[in-house]
Amino acid sequence: MLCLGIEGTAHTIGVGVVKDYDGKCRVLSNVMKIYRPEQGGIHPREAANHHTIYIADLIKESAENAQVNLSDIDLISFSKGPGLGPCLRTGATAARALSLSLNKPIIGVNHCVAHLEIGRGTLRNCTDPVLLYTSGANTQVIAFAEGRYRVFGETLDIGIGNCLDKFGRTIGLDFPCGPAIEQLASRGKKYLDLPYSIKGMDIAFSGLLTAAEQYYRFGNKVEDICYSIQETTFAALTEVTERAIAHTEKEEVLLGGGVAANKKLREMVQTMAIERGASFFVPSKDLCIDNGAMIAWLGVLMYKCGIRMKVEESYINQRFRTDMVDVTWRD
Amino acid sequence: MTKEKIIYQGAEAKICKSKYMGFDVVKKRRINKSYRIEEIDTRLISYRTKEESKLMTEARNHGVSVPIIFDVDLSNGIITMEYLNGKRIKDILNVLSEKERCSICRMIGESIAKFHNNDIIHGDITTSNMIFQDDRIHFIDFGLGEKNSEIEAKGVDLHVLMEAIESTHSRYSNCFGYVLEGYKKELKDDANLVIKKIEEIVKRGRYR
Repeated sequence: MLCLGIEGTAHTIGVGVVKDYDGKCRVLSNVMKIYRPEQGGIHPREAANHHTIYIADLIKESAENAQVNLSDIDLISFSKGPGLGPCLRTGATAARALSLSLNKPIIGVNHCVAHLEIGRGTLRNCTDPVLLYTSGANTQVIAFAEGRYRVFGETLDIGIGNCLDKFGRTIGLDFPCGPAIEQLASRGKKYLDLPYSIKGMDIAFSGLLTAAEQYYRFGNKVEDICYSIQETTFAALTEVTERAIAHTEKEEVLLGGGVAANKKLREMVQTMAIERGASFFVPSKDLCIDNGAMIAWLGVLMYKCGIRMKVEESYINQRFRTDMVDVTWRD
Repeated sequence: MTKEKIIYQGAEAKICKSKYMGFDVVKKRRINKSYRIEEIDTRLISYRTKEESKLMTEARNHGVSVPIIFDVDLSNGIITMEYLNGKRIKDILNVLSEKERCSICRMIGESIAKFHNNDIIHGDITTSNMIFQDDRIHFIDFGLGEKNSEIEAKGVDLHVLMEAIESTHSRYSNCFGYVLEGYKKELKDDANLVIKKIEEIVKRGRYR
């Protein structure tokens, strides 16, 4: 089965084509364009305009890269949510147009669940992981329990990527600020005390962000502040992940989301996994960030287990939570 | 030296069964984590060990069942406490009859109210952290706890339990309602303020 997936929850518009090989996912193509605001944070309407400009070319490019004709595609998948309304609508509109013109079935999928399934689909031996999903908007610890992907822990205020971006803007970095902060942090030496806020398996960053901004105003070195932010937030993320593993008694950890590209975070979660005797998995970078291939793959899984959607039902849901999806494709 | 056997490895501590002055005890030893820098590691281990033993002792004084503490070793992060031979609520909640489940959940709510009445915040109320023994609910693992009189802190405390019930006991999510019934009965202040706060905290979450 060949599926084309369209991702457009926030800053990224992406299209991917995947093929199902006996239940494992082969990514044939995965192309994307990322909207970068000239100043400030992401503006939903402008991001959607950006997506509108590129989506048609991306669809063509993804088919070319995958060396398939669009008419060979068996299924069109799109991210139904969660995300920014205008961006989601752009992706969904493109998916509907494709579905109707090619006369192929359409399916809308949950973006967060797709981050987890692409790990299971592409990584050998990754079968029942606890996912630490860290991106700009999302910070969740997700695992399968009682027929659904349950959120065991999540941020109580802002996502980790958002926290990094906000601090980055304060010190004059361009979006996305994560990579630059990682660079600065590697040159930091002095640890500055920052609030470490975890509640059960939940986590909060806003207090830490305020404290870090104060350090900056009082003239501390940005390298030291970045170092302290990373050490503190990533330690807390690793700890809540470990708590979820202990609580669910699972033996695999998977990373996903844009912040999973950060080497420091990978290193810390991997160390924790090794010390616990758990397996550690992280998908390739283009499958960690928002991308069309993961949307395509989740579409395949859902379609194969009999889930169908009519074009009239293919609406988006900005508040589509991870735990709202009935996971009928798993036992 | 008595022979020690690891009976449970939690996220932050190893639990060993041991003997102390002839009593069956568990030693909870917080483990150094090499993923985090020493400054954070040391701060968390000593702070949590100290807070946990303080809060447990205080909760006990206010009629909450907790294991008796025999010894606290701050420099090594070890608490030696009574061994409880009961069952974790996590393991029994899904297999009880509806009537038993209701009565146990009410007891849980009453106990939480008892420590909240005294501004003790547990910090990690999950069904793994409650042990049922001798017809009483014993609370363990106060490591993320604190003293706090704010409604916000009490709301967050209960919100953790609500999430734990939703994720681990999803078929019996009405359990949290029973917990609140017990909580209302025992709380000295107006429990509705806390319940309202929980609703507010839920809405604060992403995509609510």
